[in-house]
This record gives sequence, structure tokens and C-alpha cells, in this order.
Amino acid sequence: MLLRSWKLLALLGACLLLASCGGILDPKGQVASHEKTLILVATGLMLIVVLPVIFMTIYFAWRYRASRSNEVYDPKWSRSHAIEAVIWLIPLVIILVLGTITWRSTHVLDPYKPLDDEQPPLVIEVVSLNWKWLFIYPEQGIATVNELVFPAHQHLQFKLTSESTMNSFFIPQLGSQIYCMAGMETKLHLVADEPGEFQGFSANYSGAGFSGMKFIAMATSPEAFADWVDEVKSAPNSLGQRQYQQLAEPSEAHAIEYFAQVEKGLFQQVMHKYMKNYNSWKSKSGDHAQGQHSSPHAAHQSGSASASAKES
Amino acid sequence: MNTMNTAIAGVPPHMAQGDHGDEHPDSSNITTFGFWIYLMTDCLLFASVFATYAVLFMNTAGGPSGPDIFELPYVAVETATLLVSSITYGFAMIAAHQQKRSQVLGWLMVTFALGAIFIAMEVNEFHHLISEGYGPSRSAFLSSFFALVGMRGLHVTAGLVWMVVLLLEVTKKGLPKRTVTRLSCLSLFWHFLDVVWVCVFSVVYLLGVL
Amino acid sequence: MSILGKLSWDAIPYHEPIVMGTLLMVAVVGIAIAVAVTRYRKWGVLWRDWFTSVDHKRLGVMYIVLALVMLVRGFSDAIMMRTQLALATGGAEGYLPPEHYDQIFSAHGVIMIIFMAMPFMIGLMNIVLPLQIGARDVAFPFLNNLSFWLTAGGAVLINLSLAVGEFARTGWMAYPPLSELTFSPGVGVDYYIWALQISGIGTLLTGVNFLVTVIKMRTPGMKLMQMPIFTWTCTWANILIVASFPILTGVLGLLTLDRYLDFHFFTNDGGGNAMMYINLFWAWGHPEVYILILPAFGIFSEVISTFTAKRLFGYTSMVWASGAIAVLGFMVWLHHFFTMGSGANVNAFFGVMTMVIAVPTGVKLFNWLFTMYRGRLQITVPVLWTLGFMVTFTIGGMTGVLLAVPGADFVLHNSLFLIAHFHNTIIGGAVFGYLAGFSFWFSKSMGFHLNERLGKASFWCWQVGFYVAFMPLYVLGFLGMTRRLNHTDNPDWNLWLYIACAGAFIIMIGIVLQFVQLYVAFRDREKNRDTTGDPWNGHTLEWSTASPPQFYNFARLPDVHDIDAFTEAKEQGLAYQQVAEYQPIHMPKNTTAGVLIAGSLTVFGFAAVWHIVWLAVVGLIAAFGFFIHRAYDDDVDYYVQPDQVAEIESQHLAAVKEAAL
Repeated sequence: MLLRSWKLLALLGACLLLASCGGILDPKGQVASHEKTLILVATGLMLIVVLPVIFMTIYFAWRYRASRSNEVYDPKWSRSHAIEAVIWLIPLVIILVLGTITWRSTHVLDPYKPLDDEQPPLVIEVVSLNWKWLFIYPEQGIATVNELVFPAHQHLQFKLTSESTMNSFFIPQLGSQIYCMAGMETKLHLVADEPGEFQGFSANYSGAGFSGMKFIAMATSPEAFADWVDEVKSAPNSLGQRQYQQLAEPSEAHAIEYFAQVEKGLFQQVMHKYMKNYNSWKSKSGDHAQGQHSSPHAAHQSGSASASAKES
Repeated sequence: MNTMNTAIAGVPPHMAQGDHGDEHPDSSNITTFGFWIYLMTDCLLFASVFATYAVLFMNTAGGPSGPDIFELPYVAVETATLLVSSITYGFAMIAAHQQKRSQVLGWLMVTFALGAIFIAMEVNEFHHLISEGYGPSRSAFLSSFFALVGMRGLHVTAGLVWMVVLLLEVTKKGLPKRTVTRLSCLSLFWHFLDVVWVCVFSVVYLLGVL
Repeated sequence: MSILGKLSWDAIPYHEPIVMGTLLMVAVVGIAIAVAVTRYRKWGVLWRDWFTSVDHKRLGVMYIVLALVMLVRGFSDAIMMRTQLALATGGAEGYLPPEHYDQIFSAHGVIMIIFMAMPFMIGLMNIVLPLQIGARDVAFPFLNNLSFWLTAGGAVLINLSLAVGEFARTGWMAYPPLSELTFSPGVGVDYYIWALQISGIGTLLTGVNFLVTVIKMRTPGMKLMQMPIFTWTCTWANILIVASFPILTGVLGLLTLDRYLDFHFFTNDGGGNAMMYINLFWAWGHPEVYILILPAFGIFSEVISTFTAKRLFGYTSMVWASGAIAVLGFMVWLHHFFTMGSGANVNAFFGVMTMVIAVPTGVKLFNWLFTMYRGRLQITVPVLWTLGFMVTFTIGGMTGVLLAVPGADFVLHNSLFLIAHFHNTIIGGAVFGYLAGFSFWFSKSMGFHLNERLGKASFWCWQVGFYVAFMPLYVLGFLGMTRRLNHTDNPDWNLWLYIACAGAFIIMIGIVLQFVQLYVAFRDREKNRDTTGDPWNGHTLEWSTASPPQFYNFARLPDVHDIDAFTEAKEQGLAYQQVAEYQPIHMPKNTTAGVLIAGSLTVFGFAAVWHIVWLAVVGLIAAFGFFIHRAYDDDVDYYVQPDQVAEIESQHLAAVKEAAL
């Protein structure tokens, strides 16, 4: 058993060494770095209990084995207030510390919270389709499929929804993922700390083409980003309702596509498609209380995605 | 001190306690307790569907909302029928404990009639809604309304079927202990459904119209 | 629609060589078993003494047989997935196309949790719990039989999906909108719904049954705080069953309405809200994992205190720690979807609540440690499983707490890190526990011992195989590999995928060795009889009975004053005393009603899957008819006469005496 604990440590070591392989231990953004630190700190804290438990398991099993008959044997000993106090207290204290860290980090890392910046973020609207990603740049008026380009150091605000099934938008090296759900909008704020090309994909199984639902996330210099926008703008296709309907047809491992123009408000249309008169509760007097999606009655719902249904 | 497995231990097999001559030892206590726990699980089932209704009742998807379709006076009659049926069932139980067979049968039939009237009214309400195009497929609100009220309606229907079975049992066998236990289980069930209806009435209909 | 609903010859997957091969194998094995049973004229025995039995001990054995069969099925799925992922690297397709692979991982999850772990746990509880509390049977013996057959009916349905039609391609949680008709028009999700629904009702009945048993049927003198610890942990689990399975019934019912009657609970259109499903599903799903793990904790406690020949350390702490875990288990469901966009306060609250569960769990680990302290630990097979558990589960617990930190979960959610975590707790916790219980109580329930050497070999294969198979998944999670991928093209992942695949094969050897062990034990059963009924110098009442226990369990209901009731009796010289005069014992008769009702409901389930309306109606009416028939059957019980009891008891006492000489 001793041997296996070593093996485990060796494996843990190996995965730390492998931190340069593009996973979440090789962060390239502020959010991801914070999350990596969080993982390491939390693991370290827990090892304070975990390692002694593993050690004691092996040591006690060895020391009090039946063949060592010279050892103390006390068959009726079954309670000790001192020991019980300690074994309740130690995990409690660790969880208290970890709980505090959790509470604070959860607020700092809230995906809806803009990253501190004087500059307004670059807004990118994301629609998950079966089985590809549509990225709309409302400020630039362009859209792409399965390729996400943005300037490094530029804070990004993603607004996400889904055309059909549920997906999770995830670029491991930049940090947090978030679900994309039809008829709802979720938000995510990320930033890349250096230029580079990162893997992005859906982290929530969504059907047959799920494995191929990948995209390239590229952080560039501001100049290169401007050039890229120009390049997209010179593409032959544009994206209106009709083209969108075609795009929404299921397809697997979809090639990268550029759209030089996007119909204004397309993202909102996609989102509102399922929300037409989504919720309206007429009072007796007959006036329409055009409510928010997350009503106070919908306790569960407001606990989850708060989709803003404001008419734009 | 410890009398385990000794001859002196005067503990008779407890299932058979006091019932040695009888063919079926008395287990009514256990049965009733088991039925209580079953009712608790049923309560949680209703709670899940209630929660779903609470989340979805605003989602009318352009269809009608509560005030458009609820007719409080109609529902009030339904409620009254149901509450009275609880009382009549209570009379049936009193009679059962007094071993008055014909009274039990009489009150059970009254209860059955009231329950049947309630179900008929509910079916009528559903039919009316569906024929106006406000079926459960219209919107999430109507889905959850039909599911919640319909699920309770199914429970009541099951209760009615059970009541018929017990009516036959009482007619044929009179009121031995086992039958009385069964009557009290149905009584628990019936009153439980009443409590659920009070919740449905308040949450769905009253709050819906207010 | 035709008279057979959606069912036609196209439903049989002729074009899938793997499926057809499996079916052929199943058919061959099935025919071989049928021939053997016929040849040895055992159909009557099987039907009269087992299938229709209301004896909790026999039902327990049948549950475990079901669990072992389903373990083979679920593990076949597992090894297919691991080999697929080891082959389908660097752009290769592998041998399982997505439409097949996606069914496999969905079936693997459902089978392992609902049809392997649950029956295994319920089987052990059936065998042991009534004995531990000195009861002659459970509160409702017939319901117990019905519960088993409902579980078996669900298992039949899910296995039928292999041959007729398809299984869900949605993952074992069947999240909408993917599981809605729009995106899953086939019958796969319907199989999922009805298999879970039917077996879930069985489980619910079991929960009610055992809760009543524990509260109403304890032997005179046994206070709640004197119940053996396994009984206590099972009781907490039953409370969880009773409180959580109705939610599953409800949520599956709503999904059924969506799929069959065009309701709009979880659809994209019509104002549905898929998040509601996810909330309800996990409001059942999270307590469910504690339903699996708590009885395992109880088994470890029994094993450790028995084999250190010592009282359990901190019994009261153990009971309340289990209770705390059970209660907290209901307040953490949201940690399954931190990434759904909840506010920071909500996420943080559920994160911290989840961590708090680590406190009572930690306390339990320390209690086991201090039970070993100053004991005389015999390293037997159950002890090996327990020690293996204590090391493995600690690691699984640690990664679990890590996932409970929302910030960490934002990058680890749905990754292979998560897969490694829950296999670490479910295999390293629940399955190790059940296997410990299996070897601990095997001789009690069957009357002969398992083979110690093969048992140890199996343990080491499982243990080593587990680390080799799942530690790489932690690494892959850190490397950013997400779950449910059908093929990969990241060269950094390949090595770890190969290692994980090798680990799965080592576990396979462990499983094979379990079966070899069973075979050897059965072959050598005459040599390895457990004549006394108390091979390990046990603490609790089940060891005071013969092995296998007398069908009425206790000739006289024991009088209990201590947690370790049997140890106390032995110390005071009160165990194994001849009783001068026995009372008649009231016993339930076997019944065919359970098989018939559950069978009818299974037919109903199958008909519902395929929309065969008339057959569904027939199934329901038949189930109702059999139930009414049972309700008015007066020939349900009998009395065992004192002379018969005296004879059986003297035999047992003579055997004990002989062994003591």
C-alpha cells in the first residue's frame, strides 16, 4: 500500500511537470491563473489531513496486526472525549479555512463579474449550434464559425446562448467555462495574458457530433486583430436569418467560416426565439406584466442562469 | 441479567403476541405506520411537482394565464365537495370502529359519490380547457397546471377504485381487524389528498387569480 | 400506427456486429444455464424456494446475483469505452461510432449505479439488517419480494434495449433538451425512463419497508442507539431513499409527459425550462450517492471492529456523523452545475455546504483508525478491502472537496478529473465496501467460506487496477480533456489513455478472479462449511444464528442490552443455550404475486417504450388484477411448530458444540 501512495505522488508530480501541455495547469490568462493557484492551495490544505490519514491507516494496520502479540490490546476501549474532540476539530478548522477561501474566490471568480478594467471589454456573442460554435462580434459587425480571435490583454465579455441542446463553452488555458442554454443568456469574462493559440471546445455532451465541437481561440496583438477583422470583412458571405437557418442544420466537425456582415440583433433573435411572450401573467385588470425570465417565484431558476430578457 | 436464548425469557414472538388462536396475527400497527411513510413519499412527489409549477407558472408562452382560465366559483364547489367527503369518510371510520357494517357502507357510498362528483367536475374542467385549445401542450404553465391537478386527480381516482374494492370487502367479510386497518389506510390517503387539494387550491387557484 | 406501435423488425440491430456478437454470447450462456437447470431438475427449486420467496435472506442473495450479472454488463461497457479511447487517438476513428459509443456510456452509468450498486447494497441490507436487529423478517415480506422483481424488471428492460431498439444517447443524467423528442426521437430515452421508473419504485418500496422494519421490528430491549452500526447507516440510507426517490419518480414522470403527450416542462419551446429538470434530477441524484456510500461505511465499521476484535471506536460519533452526511446530502445538489450561471452567493453557499460534508466523513475515517488502535488486526479479505478503501477514498474525498470549490470546478467541471473523482469514491468507497461485505457475510448467507487466496488476489487486482485506470484520468482532467469524447487528437493525452486502458484490464482480472473464487468456493463447499455460524467471533446478532441462518432467523427473539449484543452474550456465557420450550413461530408464505405484478409492469414498460397501447393497458390491468388477488388471498402465513423449531435448534447447537471441542 505504501508503494501505491508513492505511485500516486509520482503521478501527481508528473501532472504538475506536464503543466506545459496546454491544460488548466498551464494558464495563459488572469482567470485561469487564479484558478490554478486556487486548486494548488486547496489541495495543499487538504493534504494536511489526507496525508496523515493515509499514513496512519498503513501504520496502524501494520502496528496492530494480529501477529504482533506483544502490542497493547484493549478490546473494550471505544471512547475518548479528547480524541473525538480533536478528530471533529481538525477537519472543521481546515474546512473553515477552505470555506473562507471558497467564499472569497467564488466572488472574485464570478463569471458574470467584469474583470477590473478602465477599458470597456470586447463583446463577443456566442451561439452553440449542433455541433459548432458561432461567434458574433457585434461591434465589428462580423461573425465566424469555430474560430475565435481577440487581442491579448483585451478583456473579453462573452454573452452565450444555444440554438438547441445544452453545451459548455470552455477554453481551458483561459479559465472558467459556462453553459450555453437555449432561450437564455449566460455571461463569461475572460482575458488572455499573452498572444497564443488555445484549444476551445464544448465541455457538455450534446449529441452525436459533440466530440468534434471544437474551436480555435487565438490571442493576437491589437494590430493583428485589426487585420483579422478586415480579412473577415472581405469574406464573400454574410449572415442573415436565412444563412443562419442553414448554419443551424446539424453538422459535424464544421470547417472555419467567416461572415463579413451580420444581421443586427441576430443573437437576440436567436435567444428570443423561444421566449416570445415567454412569460406574461395577466392580472385581473388585464394589463400585461411583462416580467423578467427570472421571476421571484422561480426560486430555482433565479438560482441558476439569470437571463435578461430585456427588449433591445 | 441477559436472558438471551434462555427458557426463562418470557418474550413471545411479538408478531404473534396475544393472537395465538387467530390465523393472522395483528400487524395493523405496522401496516398503518408503513402507510404513513408511504404518504410522506407521496407528499414529496407532490412537492416536486409543486416546485415545478412554481417555476413554470409564469411561462405562458403567449397562451392564457391563470386569471383567463380559472373559474373560482366552480373550483369552490369542487373544494366543498371534497371537504365534505373527508367528513363523511370520518363518519365511516367512526362506524367502522363501532363495527356497524351498514353505516360504514352507507357513509362510504356517500364519500364515493362526492369523490366521483369531484372527479367528474375536474374532467369537465379539463375537457373544457382542452376543447378551447388550452391543453397542456399550449404552454409550460398549462403543462404544469395539468400535471399537478391531473396527478392529484389520478390519486383521487385511485382512491375511488380502492373504495369500491373496500365496499365489496366490507359487504362480503364484514369488519374484521384487517379490513378496518385497510379502511384506516384509505382514510389516511383520503385526508392526505384533501390536504394536497387545499394546497392546490391556495397556490394554483387563489394565488393565481389574485 | 400499427398494432405493434413503433416496434418492427428494424428495431433489431443486425448491422452492428458487436451488438449481435454480444447477443449471441448472451443467448449461448442463457441457453446453457437453462439446459443445466433443466438437466439437474432445478426449475421447481428455483421457482418455489427462490423466485417466490419472501425470505429476506434469499431475496438478498438474488439481489446480489443480479448485481454481479449487471456488474459484468456494466464493466463490458467500461472496457469497451476505455479501449475505444485508447484506439481512437490522433484522428483515428476507433471501432465504436458515436451512435453506439454514446449509448454505451449512458448505459454504463445507469447500469452501474441503478442496477449494480443499488442491488448490491440492498442485497447486503436484506441479508444482514433483519438479523442484526433480531427480527424474524422485514415488516412487509411480500413487498420485499415485489421490490426485488421491480428492480429486476428494470434491469430486464435496460438489457432488452441492447437487442430491441437502442438505449439513450444522452449520458446517464438524460439532460433535456437533448433527451426531449426533438433531439432524441428514438426509443432510447424511453427505455431509460421506464427502466429507471420501474426499478425506482422498487427501491422506494424497499426504503419504506426497511424503515418500518427498523422502527417497529427491533428485538425487545434494543434501543435505537444500540442498533449495530451497519443497521444505522442503512437506516440513514433508507431515510434518504424515502426522501429522494419520489423526486426521481416525479422528474421522470414530467419528462415522460414531455415525450409522450407533448407537454412543455423541459423543452426549448412552449416556455419549458430545462434547468428545472437538472435541479430536480440532482435533488435525487446527490442523495443517491450517499444512499450508496453510507451502508458501505457501515460495512467497513463492522469489518474493522470484528477483525480487530475490539469495540467500534466512537459509536455515537459514527451514528451522528452518518446522520449529518445524510442531511447535508440534501443541501448540496447545486454543486453539480456551478457552471450554469448561478450567482456567486448561491455557488459559494453550495460549495461551502459541500465541503462541510468532509467533516463528518473525516471523523468516520479517524474513528476507523482508532478502532484499529490497540486492536489485534487480522488481515483478512474484508480487512484488505477496508484498508484499500481508507487510502483510496481519502484521495477521492480530497478531489471531491476540490471540485466543491466553485472556482476550481469552473475548470474541472465535466472533465476527466470529475470522472476520476466519482469513480474514486464510488469504486474506492461503495464497491470496495460491498465487496468487503460480500466476503464478510458470504459464509453467513451461504453456509460455506470463500477462498481466501483468490479473494486476496482479486483485491490486489482491483486495487492496483483502480490506480492504474483512474489516476491517469486525474492527469487528463488537468490536461483539459473533457468527458464523453468519442475520439481525441491531442498527442499529450495518448500515454495517459493507454495507461488507463491497461488499468481497466487489470480490474477485469480482479472481476474474473471474483467469479473464479465463487466457483472454487462452491466446488469445495463441503470442505469449507461454516458449521458454527460465527466464524469471525462476531459482535452482532447475525453471528448468533446458524450459517445459513434458520429460515425463521431466531427461535426466540433475543433480548438485547448492548451494541455488541452477541459479544456480550458470549462473554456472559449466555450464548447458545438450549431452550426448554419453543413457541410457535408465525411466518409468511411464499408468493407468486411479486413475480406476476412486477412482470406485468415490465410488460407495461416495454409496451410504453414502443407505444403499443393495447399491451400497455393489458400490462397495467394484469398488475392491478394480481395485486387485488394477492390482497384477498387469505392463505399468506403459517406457524412453524415448536417441535420443528426444537429440532433445527438442537442441530445447530450440536454443531456449535462439536466445533468448540
